Amino acid sequence: MSEDTLEDIHPDDMPEEQVLPLDAWHRAMGGRMVDFAGYKMPIQYAGEHLKHGGGIVAEHSWTREHAGLFDVSHMGQLLISGAGAEAALEALLPIDLSTLEVGMQRYSLLLNEDGGVLDDLMVSRWPDAFYLVVNGATKWDDIAHLREHLPDDVTLNHLEDRALLALQGPEAFAALDRHVEGEYPLSALVFMKFGHFTIGGVGMSISRSGYTGEDGFEISLPAADAEKIATLLCVEPEVEPIGLGARDSLRLEAGLPLYGHDLDPATDPVSARLLFGLAKSRRETGGWMGHVTCAKMLAEGSPTKRVGLKVEGKMPAREGAIVFAGDTEIGRVTSGGFSPTLGYPIAMAYVLSDYAQKGTELEIEVRKKRLEAAVTPMPFVPTNYYRGE
Amino acid sequence: MARYFTDEHEWIDVEGDTATVGITDYAQEQLGDIVFVELPEVGATVDKGGDAAVVESVKAASDVYAPITGEVVEGNASLEDDPALVNTSPEEDGWFFKMTIGDKSELDGLMDAKAYEAFVAEL
Repeated sequence: MSEDTLEDIHPDDMPEEQVLPLDAWHRAMGGRMVDFAGYKMPIQYAGEHLKHGGGIVAEHSWTREHAGLFDVSHMGQLLISGAGAEAALEALLPIDLSTLEVGMQRYSLLLNEDGGVLDDLMVSRWPDAFYLVVNGATKWDDIAHLREHLPDDVTLNHLEDRALLALQGPEAFAALDRHVEGEYPLSALVFMKFGHFTIGGVGMSISRSGYTGEDGFEISLPAADAEKIATLLCVEPEVEPIGLGARDSLRLEAGLPLYGHDLDPATDPVSARLLFGLAKSRRETGGWMGHVTCAKMLAEGSPTKRVGLKVEGKMPAREGAIVFAGDTEIGRVTSGGFSPTLGYPIAMAYVLSDYAQKGTELEIEVRKKRLEAAVTPMPFVPTNYYRGE
Repeated sequence: MARYFTDEHEWIDVEGDTATVGITDYAQEQLGDIVFVELPEVGATVDKGGDAAVVESVKAASDVYAPITGEVVEGNASLEDDPALVNTSPEEDGWFFKMTIGDKSELDGLMDAKAYEAFVAEL
């Protein structure tokens, strides 16, 4: 038996060394590569050629003011097809696909039997399939979970030959609009819509969505064309490459949870306050994995809740820091850092639900010191999604 | 005045009985944008190789170690309002703290500028 055959039998096994389609491009652009989700990825860029000058704060600000190009090709792109695909997905995801039209995208959650979050993901309806985008670090486990639970007449294709780029920021539309041709004008692609376009003859699927809180696009294209398109976009005066560091600070400001930090199997959609990920029409009827726990939490309230915290002073509180109300330990920080836009530290934490009300004054312990923090609505920085004129 | 370097990327300037400590240009470059520096209290005793300060970049917190044993006599107050001084002037205005020299022989194990340059080139 050849090794190739073995791989065919065990397609869920994560390869030991994975190289992103844009690996060489990142290095040429001055990317400082770090290990992430099984790949080498740019944490930030450096060099004289960069209009933003390089570095997390500069890249963060550039994205808030202009447009940033993020390589998110580490994420898993999956196609689910077959006559029973819709019903089979609805048995796994708390999503109402009857209201998801062709060309629309929706946020959903992959839950285990106990309602624990295995991943968060995007689902789009294509004419003859469902297209899923899942997190990079979890994609192999997601694929194994889906394969285990999808019936035999439903096919899962892992689109490993596709790259994924995100173009984010208030000037993203202007830059992209100069290049695309599509089934309809780019201006008609509103937030959470999804369509087929071409740039210079390269076919691609583009959704109006992202992970920064800004207007922007996520572009799925053949891996072989990724370098050409990334280069073409970065020549635009509005566009610069942005690394993982700024991606994290941008999503934190936008109040968006990061899987593996703010979400994991020990969390559930109700505690995580991701109710928009639970279709209203199916919250009571159920029929999806994890429903029993979620229904109980919805009826009785969850013991803990994910909250935003504004931290006093300049010292950031990081993941793992314990949250106190007086002497009582009431929670834990799951993401935290300095907000470049706001100029002060912010954090996400899970706290006992009695302490989750806006304005509640708490303390976070950092290196044996207590930092004052107040529960603050998220997003910390207003979002800027394009929902049409 | 003599300047020494540690393999943890701190520098130490020795002038008479006191020394000034900071982090190197290489270190600030690796850390990226610095948003907060936590300095040791004046009067605190720091031990060679032990935790002395914490530098927070946007992405992470990192320890700064004491190059030698001694007592902290001053912290750089400028860093409170402008922690980015560590990025813009790491080896001058962005110094962290001044300390007494408990044991001059501890300096012997540190690198000089040339040795440190060679050390960084290998990284």
